Amino acid sequence: MLLIKKLTEAYGVSGDESGVRNLLREELTPYAEKIETDSLGNLYIKKGIGKKPRVMVAAHMDEIGLMVVGIESNGLLQVKTVGGVDERVLVSKPVVVGENHVPGVIGAKAIHLQKPHERKKPLEVEQLYIDIGVKNKEEAEKMVKIGDYAAFLATTHEIGDNCLIGKAMDNRVGCAILAELVKEDYDLELTAVFTVQEEIGLRGASVAAYNVHPDFALVLEGTTASDVAGVEDTGYVTKLGGGPAISIMDSSFIAPQKVINFLVETAKKLNLPFQLRRLTTAGTDAGAISQAHGGIPSAVISVPCRYLHSPTSIISLDDYENTLRLAKGVLMAIAEGGLSLEGFAEKIK
Amino acid sequence: MEVDRFLTEITAAPGLSGYEQPVAKMIGATLVKYANEVRQDHLGNVVVLKKGKGELRPRVLLAAHMDEIGLMVTKIEKGGFLRFTSVGGIDPRTIVGQEVVLFGKKELCGVIGAKPPHLTDAKERSQAFTMEEMFIDLALPEAKVRELVSVGDVAMIKRKAIKLNGTSMAGKAMDDRAGVAVMLACLQELQRLHHLADVYAVATVQEEVGVRGATTISYGIVPDIGIAIDVTHGAMPGVPEYDTCKLGKGPGITVGPNIHPKVASELIRIAKEYNIPYQLETATGPTGTDARAIQVTRGGIPTGLVSIPLRYMHTSVELLDLEDIKQTGRLLAYFIASVNSEYVEELACF
Amino acid sequence: MKDLLKKLSETYGPSGREEKIRQVIAGEIKDFVDEVFTDPLGNLYAVKKGKSTKIMVAAHMDEIGIIVTYIDKDGFLRFSNVGGVSPQILLGQRVTFGNGVVGSIGVEKLDDIKKLTLDKLYIDIGAKNKEEAEKLVKIGDIATYDREAAVMGTRVIGKAMDNRAGCAVVIEALRRLRETENEIYAVFTTQEEVGLRGSRTSSYRINPDLGLAVDVTLVGDTPEPPALNVALGKGAAIKVKDASVICHPKIKAMLSELAAKHKIPVQMEVLTAGGTDAGAIHLTREGVPSGVISIPCRYVHTPVEMVDLDDMENSVKLLTAFLSTSVKMQEAFPCALV
Repeated sequence: MLLIKKLTEAYGVSGDESGVRNLLREELTPYAEKIETDSLGNLYIKKGIGKKPRVMVAAHMDEIGLMVVGIESNGLLQVKTVGGVDERVLVSKPVVVGENHVPGVIGAKAIHLQKPHERKKPLEVEQLYIDIGVKNKEEAEKMVKIGDYAAFLATTHEIGDNCLIGKAMDNRVGCAILAELVKEDYDLELTAVFTVQEEIGLRGASVAAYNVHPDFALVLEGTTASDVAGVEDTGYVTKLGGGPAISIMDSSFIAPQKVINFLVETAKKLNLPFQLRRLTTAGTDAGAISQAHGGIPSAVISVPCRYLHSPTSIISLDDYENTLRLAKGVLMAIAEGGLSLEGFAEKIK
Repeated sequence: MEVDRFLTEITAAPGLSGYEQPVAKMIGATLVKYANEVRQDHLGNVVVLKKGKGELRPRVLLAAHMDEIGLMVTKIEKGGFLRFTSVGGIDPRTIVGQEVVLFGKKELCGVIGAKPPHLTDAKERSQAFTMEEMFIDLALPEAKVRELVSVGDVAMIKRKAIKLNGTSMAGKAMDDRAGVAVMLACLQELQRLHHLADVYAVATVQEEVGVRGATTISYGIVPDIGIAIDVTHGAMPGVPEYDTCKLGKGPGITVGPNIHPKVASELIRIAKEYNIPYQLETATGPTGTDARAIQVTRGGIPTGLVSIPLRYMHTSVELLDLEDIKQTGRLLAYFIASVNSEYVEELACF
Repeated sequence: MKDLLKKLSETYGPSGREEKIRQVIAGEIKDFVDEVFTDPLGNLYAVKKGKSTKIMVAAHMDEIGIIVTYIDKDGFLRFSNVGGVSPQILLGQRVTFGNGVVGSIGVEKLDDIKKLTLDKLYIDIGAKNKEEAEKLVKIGDIATYDREAAVMGTRVIGKAMDNRAGCAVVIEALRRLRETENEIYAVFTTQEEVGLRGSRTSSYRINPDLGLAVDVTLVGDTPEPPALNVALGKGAAIKVKDASVICHPKIKAMLSELAAKHKIPVQMEVLTAGGTDAGAIHLTREGVPSGVISIPCRYVHTPVEMVDLDDMENSVKLLTAFLSTSVKMQEAFPCALV
């Protein structure tokens, strides 16, 4: 639990993932044969260099957040969103701003001062501002600057029946699982890539896939669990406690049937609960990776998260453990030749 | 060649996305005078190389797009009127009553027409014209039109640049021929400076339809640093200040995920050191410029973006301050002069 | 040609699950080419070896479909779209899972047809309950329109003319192609309908000198049509531009010249929306001069797409002429600024 707590509480909005990258680098240096970064900030951890096949496992480090774009004369900070932020969850949340993690709150006109018809509409980001408690622009400029990123402020703690609540479960859960994977050894060349800028267009992954050029790629993610009140069974996507979610199709990627079968068989062999991700929208790093070079066979396994992209996401620690077990099982099975990678490119004549 | 004369000439020249050859030739011929070689790639990008000194020559790519938005004939109607679609993002409201040059079997003059107001009712008049309602009128009989014009022919907005008060200029295609003029100013400034880096000044194609030229040319050159030079919205009433830059106050230097922090900070440091005015711009995601293609080429390229403040973007009266172009040219020249191997190596370290 | 087209049209092969159509096409072409192979995205490559210019000609073999996302307790299937599927067109259709299982598209009670969305529809495979349904289908299975192709004179009506018509044209061109200096990589690509994915990876793999896609295009010759120039029966269409590509002027010119030389009727095509494999091919690596030969098609993305066999024959002639023409890359596409 400790690692995922540290990771979710760290700050890393798309464009400045250093808070998370430094933590991971410190945690994983003892286990790596080689550690590198590239010019976008992706973190590569290699082990088993020279073995075959070459497998890339990716988890994105970045979280959605805000950027300071202006400072009013009264010291309030004007902001814009970074990544797919549902603007309706922003108002009344605490945040931290910039490298020094200056605390602030997202404020808007008090309800007492709003007309009834105003209260029905969600507040747009242009009406919101971050208040860091200063009196004027000059004071503000001593603490923050234009271009600073702001992230939700939240502590991660246990809740309910073996669940965890915190911010950035998407995708620090994936990072935590990948970090655990790195601590073990496998009979293959493993490159663990902690990618950047997934939330704004799978940008880190496309560059990382070019650099690594693996034979197979596994992407670890956090995905929507919408098994909540007001949603019909059909719209659940995934259920909390239902086990790791295997992706069939999303907006960026269609998993080859062979790969889906392999993941399902592996889960069954290990007696693990699992579910199929029942949403065909939203993209993941697999979209970028699978189209790199001449095409790379890829798969996505996700941990179900309620209230994704909010400061209060909930995951089940059972799902977390089972996803980790499945990911390990997949790597072991590949090392043993369980997924015939040659079969992906057939010579007919 | 003076920057303002160059800009006047190249903005007048035809060069729609995908059909940049006329302006490409003009640009290549002028820029190469301040460099060593020029070539064109298969998509039409014009690559001008000014070599640096020494053995380890880092590669710096400058990219400014030379394509302009325009129109393309989709159908020849009864009466010889031409239906059209836009090449790149054109606001249909800005082209009614605009003169165009149509490139058929020969150059033809035309005007963009729509139903005259006398024949519309109040309701129709309160709605903006859509692209589908407009047509190009060549004032020729249908038979002649069919002889001289094919579906797929392109039409360019006809506008010669106008010098306004002081150092202001307005015209079409300032987006992004102003950026190309910046490259001229930069290459001219580099004549006087010692630089280690090989400079690839590229006039890119097809930016307006999806940063296509930048995608392929970055793949080919694989620079150590890539800087896109484009235009940004100039301050005007009704638009939040944080979304614009002021005219005459120097280039906008962008910060955000699309930009390598050390490229942005170095540009700012250089601006301060040489007293070059600049303004800070923010971009929260991939920018609407060649920079978004450059950054994710191959294994990743440290990218920067500088922008010329410009009002009335994507109209035929785009307005800017020539001083901003000159200052941006200086900024880039001094930046290039400061690039060495140590700086480049640092860029992959996070 | 009509038999080939009928066979291809009726074969199952939605985006991401193209195995069946790939097998059928592999069977059709393997005797006319030197090499046949596949890749991780399922693309089918057919190579006619040559010494000089490497030309990639792409025709996507995938069709649009619907993917099962949920099986309810009564055995009804909920689904999402794979590629551009319109809910209005789905009403009243029969769909097939390619393995013998077929179903009817049903709709929930609806006050206003304007409010019809995919989530108000479902597939009914005649199962009495969830258990029965699960014996026949599983979540992730993809269904396509279920339609036999019909031939009416020179016109063929059926599903997946987009782009089995293109595949048929390429197959026939390969069959007719005599000796040429060019090295031809015919690629039957996958996942075009969901984002030009197969052509993106295959063109990277091949790294061709020139690229040509063969696909269908929309027409403007039906009642109250959009303002499009292309009409059924008026010849092969040479694409100028669509949303994904502005065809290289030299390729466009070559095609026009070959058409004039061989007296092949052609028409010029401009699409304001939509894309083809050329969109991905031309941006590969350092850029590949590319063009498109389009087959006019009515009612695109419905189960009653209509193409004209004369247009297809003219497309075959034009394609064959293009593939046979020796192109000296240095001369035709010089790097010096001319």
